[in-house]
Parts: sequence; C-alpha cells; structure tokens
Amino acid sequence: MALLSTSLSGWGRYPVQSCELERPERFALLHPNAEHLIARGQGRSYGDASLNENGRVLLTERVNRLLEFDLEHGVLRAEAGVTLAEILEVIVPKGWFLPVTPGTKFVSLGGCVAADVHGKNHHHEGSFGDHVQSIELILANGKLLHCTPTENQQLFWATVGGMGLTGIIGEVTVKLIPIPSAYMMVKNHSADNLEGLFTLLQSPASDDRYTVAWIDSMASGEHLGRGVAMGGHHVEVEELPGNFYRSIKPERRHSIPFNFPALILNSKSISVFNSRYFKREGGRRHPFLSGYDSYFYPLDRIAHWNRLYGKRGFVQYQCVIPDATAFEGVKHLLEALSSSRRPSFLAVLKRLGPQGRGLLSFPMAGYTLALDLPIRDSGLFVLLNKLDEIVLQHGGRVYLAKDARLSSQKFREMYPLYAEWLKIKHEFDPQNRFSSSLSRRLKIGESA
Amino acid sequence: MSQTVLILGATSAIACATAAAFAARGDALFLASRDEEELKRIAADLRLRYGVKVNHGIFDAEATDTHEAFFQSIISNFPDLSGIVLAFGYLGDQQSSRDFKVSAKIISSNFTGAASILGLFANHFETLQQGFIIGISSVAGDRGRQSNYVYGAAKGALSLYLQGLRNRLYHSGVRVITIKPGFVDTAMTFGLPGMFLVASPSSIGNGIVASLGKSSDIVYLPWFWRYIMLIIKHIPEFIFKRMKL
Ligand SMILES: Cc1cc2nc3c(=O)[nH]c(=O)nc-3n(C[C@H](O)[C@H](O)[C@H](O)COP(=O)(O)OP(=O)(O)OC[C@H]3O[C@@H](n4cnc5c(N)ncnc54)[C@H](O)[C@@H]3O)c2cc1C
Ligand SMILES: NC(=O)c1ccc[n+]([C@@H]2O[C@H](COP(=O)([O-])OP(=O)(O)OC[C@H]3O[C@@H](n4cnc5c(N)ncnc54)[C@H](OP(=O)(O)O)[C@@H]3O)[C@@H](O)[C@H]2O)c1
Repeated sequence: MALLSTSLSGWGRYPVQSCELERPERFALLHPNAEHLIARGQGRSYGDASLNENGRVLLTERVNRLLEFDLEHGVLRAEAGVTLAEILEVIVPKGWFLPVTPGTKFVSLGGCVAADVHGKNHHHEGSFGDHVQSIELILANGKLLHCTPTENQQLFWATVGGMGLTGIIGEVTVKLIPIPSAYMMVKNHSADNLEGLFTLLQSPASDDRYTVAWIDSMASGEHLGRGVAMGGHHVEVEELPGNFYRSIKPERRHSIPFNFPALILNSKSISVFNSRYFKREGGRRHPFLSGYDSYFYPLDRIAHWNRLYGKRGFVQYQCVIPDATAFEGVKHLLEALSSSRRPSFLAVLKRLGPQGRGLLSFPMAGYTLALDLPIRDSGLFVLLNKLDEIVLQHGGRVYLAKDARLSSQKFREMYPLYAEWLKIKHEFDPQNRFSSSLSRRLKIGESA
Repeated sequence: MSQTVLILGATSAIACATAAAFAARGDALFLASRDEEELKRIAADLRLRYGVKVNHGIFDAEATDTHEAFFQSIISNFPDLSGIVLAFGYLGDQQSSRDFKVSAKIISSNFTGAASILGLFANHFETLQQGFIIGISSVAGDRGRQSNYVYGAAKGALSLYLQGLRNRLYHSGVRVITIKPGFVDTAMTFGLPGMFLVASPSSIGNGIVASLGKSSDIVYLPWFWRYIMLIIKHIPEFIFKRMKL
C-alpha cells in the first residue's frame, strides 16, 4: 500500500508536523504495519494526539461501515472510522440518538472511544465509554481482540480514553438512547457573575438533561465569569406545537475559505461580540425549540472555522476541577486569563459527573472549563503553564484530546491511574508500537 | 418494482460509491469481488443506510472458466436484473511494464476478464431486449504514456470493446456506457506522485448513476477530463514522445 508523506495537524492547527499517512480501505488492512504508528479518525482532537512526527499515521476514515442496528433495543455496531454525522443520519429517523455527543458531529466513532468523550449530559449520563458494549481491538501483534466491560475488561478500560495507544479500534458496539422527536427544547438563564453561573449549573430549575454554560471571557471585576447557562432536552411529542412534524431541513453550511489574519479576532472585537451575545442569549428567557443539529453542533455550520484563528493556529485549553475546589479554581483561571489580556474567543463551563472507569479518561466529578486561545507569540505558553499550576493546585487535570503542550511531569500528577494503565500497556504493547507525538511528548509508555 | 444492479469489483471505493448512489434511488444490489469478508461489510452498510436488498458473492475476473457459472447463478437468482456495472481494475505498479508476468495480470484483470464476463451478460440483455452495461474504463486508455501504458493499453482495449458492444446492442435497446474517470481518491492512487484534480469517489459514483439518465455514451468524470483528454490526444506524436508523462 502506498504511503502519503504530508504535513498534518489537529483541529487547532498547532503543531504542524510531517507524517507518513496510510489509508486502508478494507477492515482486514487495519494492521500495525509500521514499527510505530497511531490511528487517526477525523483529526478533530486539537493538538498532537493523532499526529506522529516523522512516523506513521493510520487513517481510519475509509473503514467506516455500519454493520448492525438492533432497532428494538437501539444497539449499533459499526466500524470505528464512521462519523457521528453518518450515524445520526441513520438512527435519528428511527427514533434513536447518540448516548453522548461532543460539540461536533464530524468525529469518528473510534475517536469518541479513544478520547472517552463527554457531552453536555455528562453529569447525568457519563461519558461515551459508559455506553460502549464492546470493541474489536487490533493489537500490536496484529491480532483482533474482542473487549467488553466484562471480557478483557482491563484492556477495555485502558482503551476507553487511551488515546489510541493500546491498539487500533476496529469496531464499536454502542447502546443508543431513544428520542421522542428530532427537536430540542432549550431554555437559557443568565448570570451576572461566576457565582451566579455556578448556582445556575447546580440548580434543578436551570439544569436540564443537557446543560452547558457560555462565559463572557472578556468580562472582569465584578462581572468576572458572567454568562448564560443553556439547558435542553429532547422534545416530547406532546410538547411540540401542532403540525410540527415537518422534518428538519439540513442547515446550509458556510465555509471559511482561507486563514484569517489573526488580528480580526482581537480583544476589542471579541468584547463587542461577547456583550451582544450575552444580551441576546441571556435575554431568551422562554423555552424555545431547536433542531438537534443547531443545538448540539452550532459550530459545524461553519466548515473550517478553525481557520478564523489565523495561520499560527490556536490551542484549546480544557481542564476539569473537582467539585470541592471548582469555584475557586475556575475563578483563579479566569482571573489569570483576564489579567493576561489574551482574548479567548470561546469560553465554556460544564458540570461533569463522577469519574468513569477509563484509566486515562478525562472527566471527574467537577466543573470543566474550555478556552480557545489563538497563538500569537510564545507568551501564550507561559500563561498556559501558569494555568496548569492552578489546575493542579485545585486537584484537577487537563484534557489530552485538546492538549498540545502539557509537560510529562504534570501529566503524571494529573492522571494518577497512569501507573495502572501502563501495566496493561506493557502487557499488550511491550514494544510501544502504538505511539503518537502526544505520547512521546508526555512520555506515555515510559515509567510512571 | 425493485430492480437489481450487479456490481463487479464492488470493494473498490468507486464501486462502493456507485452502489450507494443506486441504493439511494431504491435499487437492490448484488455485490461481487474476490473478498467476501469485505463484501459482507459493504452489504450490511448499504442495507442499513438505504434500506435496500443487498446480496453478495465471489467473483474473480481472472478466473474466466468460472464466469459461466457465476453468470448463470446471477440470472437465475435475480430475474429482475436491470444492469451491471463493471468496476474492477488493476493498476499494477509503475515498473511493471518491464515484467511480462505483471503485464499479463494487468491485461487479464482489466481486459480479458472484462471481455469474458461482459460477453455473457451482453448476450443475455440482447435476448431480453433491455438492460444496461456500464464499464469503468479510464482516461489512461485514451493515450499511451510511459508511466502506465500497459494499464492504459488494457483500459484502451476495454473502451474499444465497450464501443463495439454499444454498436451491436443499440438495435436491441440495451444501453452501454463507457465511464472514463480522471484521477480519483482511492486506494489505487493514494500516495502516488503526480496526482492533480483528484475527485472524490462519491462524486464519481453519483456521476455514474446520473449517466443513465443522460444521453452520452462515453462519459468523462468529472466532465472537464473530456477537454483535458481532447488536448492530450491532439498533441502531435513527435512532441508527445519527448514528454515525461
Ligand atoms: C468543535 C469541537 C468540539 C468538541 N467538543 C467536544 C466535547 O464536547 N467533548 C469532548 O469530549 N470532546 C470534544 N471535542 C474533541 C473531540 O471530540 C475528540 O478529540 C475526538 O477524539 C475527536 O475524534 P476524531 O475522530 O476526530 O479523532 P482524532 O482527532 O483523529 O483522534 C483523537 C484520538 O483518538 C485516537 N483514535 C481515533 N480513532 C481511533 C481508532 N480507530 N483506534 C484507536 N485510536 C483512535 C487517536 O489516536 C487520537 O489519540 C471537540 C472537538 C471539536 C473540534
Ligand atoms: N482511482 C483512479 O484514479 C481511477 C481512475 C480511472 C479509472 N479507475 C478505475 O476505476 C475502477 C475502480 O478503481 P478504484 O480506484 O476504486 O480501485 P481499487 O480500490 O484498487 O479497486 C479495484 C477493484 O477491483 C477489484 N478487482 C481487482 N482485480 C480483480 C479480479 N481479478 N477479480 C475481481 N475483482 C477484481 C477489486 O476487488 P477485490 O480485490 O475485492 O477482488 C477492487 O474492488 C477500476 O476499474 C479502475 O481502473 C480508477
């Protein structure tokens, strides 16, 4: 099979590295053909998780078939390269939905398992791995192994959240959730400061099955952390206005054709945007109907929106802080951000439920904050190191699927189950065959 | 009434996309190639996405002595067969033109095997006075180039064969369409140097099914390859032979 040498990056377009791509089109060709390799789905992780500098990257995008769909119980078996978008097209008309979905549907099923992704319902329903019934994993020795939460369970939980470092996920069987309609009922609540926002996220009156808060990252002082909590649930048929069963039209997609000069997104323009957004969204007091697409995947309407951040790319910094210290921690983070005068275009706060069983999974009971930060100069990395310190002081961790710059030392402090994970890694991949730019940077595979 | 379309070489990305385009308009499918495990997966996928009937079976273009039996089983099991798409092909590698064994494989995969199986279905459709035959040839068959002239010769032969067949079957109301794709983003071309204007398999698949509703007999996909090849075919030989293509 021919290989394609090319420069490659994650969604944040930083770092950009030269990699050697292999793109099998048959299931049987999902095989560790190189001494070192890493699988890559849709490349929607932000940093270097699906990169392998000067090494092999195996693209799963062509091994993307739906294999079995139990309509009665809502169980779907599919090859890992299939995207959530393709899955939704088939399952939604039959009254089923993904149990957990990230903020974009242009990710692969395998990527959702490997990063053990969470959605706006984590505090109620856990992460993606909690709904996976089984996976078929291609190991370092080329053999296919069936793993479930009860069979080969150690390897299963090392692979859920394992960032592709235990093998190539070939197939995934996932339990779906039933939905009464394709619509969402959404209700917004605004808060003038961080304390108010935390209250909204906790209170049953404003929390819903899916809840997320947008933060005005440019607000400071007494308005630090002001934002809008947005709750939503799948609409019951009775809730739908009469004659409302027309199907939802696919939304038109726009595209960012080229790299924007990074200056367009500056403190000024973001402040203006944020104030307007706060007024508009915060003002929507009454519940409103929304198609599931625009509710779950607002950013998907603009293809290549990552180009807005300019040629040098951006970093998404996502961390979680445990409940007990969350408020203090998030406050410190926002203060550090605002005093740095570095604008974050996007700032999102979500509540997370209890930690799952994935040994390297990100979620833990607490609050997760995500910030999109354009790379203007190396000063950004100084700030991010400072944020790491704050996160660690409050007992939290950084999300590997978004990361491009954490240190190997801090990784070990943030992921205490790493030692346990490493034992399983050694057992199934003693040569460290599955490795990525992320794993080398964080020295994952090396001693705890 | 549901009609069945037979796809030969159904594991190729172009064939999968063509199958999907047929399934999207409600046609049932029979998928054939040498790789049964893969066919099973593709068949399951098409059933789930499009809700159509999909069967599959083994077919080896080079094993011409098995073609009669394959043909018989298709026409007896699928009396509603409306047409066939011949998608199989084998590029071989660049150096292959030096070794006749490789050349022979290229010729038998792309041409001899095609002539064998096409002949059987042509007779069948001729008797029925209906049906269609879509053959995927290539722009590479329009002019011989040093980099792949064995493949080009086999595809060129296939184009001529389809042309003759079209002439013969015209009077029986059987449609014969020659598809000439340019570069397509598939396993055949992934990582090869010198690719340009590369089309997605799905655009080719849609173009193939759409060609049934149009009158062209020889369809370049995407359309602009007709003009690129027009120019290439008109470069005088004394210049062409000096070019590195
Ligand atoms: C706009 C946007 C919103 C997002 N929102 C969320 C969110 O709300 N919650 C959340 O948790 N994440 C979110 N993400 C992150 C994203 O969901 C994860 O990074 C996910 O892993 C991306 O899937 P992918 O197919 O693009 O994987 P890639 O980026 O290609 O790979 C990610 C990791 O998965 C591994 N991997 C992929 N496929 C396989 C396989 N078949 N076998 C083994 N390993 C594999 C790779 O090796 C790599 O380590 C978001 C990303 C974007 C761009
Ligand atoms: N990709 C391009 O740029 C391009 C351009 C012009 C024309 N084409 C033509 O388009 C068609 C599809 O190509 P592709 O790019 O999708 O190629 P591909 O991925 O290499 O697929 C080749 C297909 O041919 C089948 N095949 C090969 N030898 C066979 C044999 N002896 N018996 C039965 N099936 C055989 C293979 O099936 P099994 O291995 O499963 O048997 C496979 O389905 C080919 O005819 C090709 O020549 C391609």
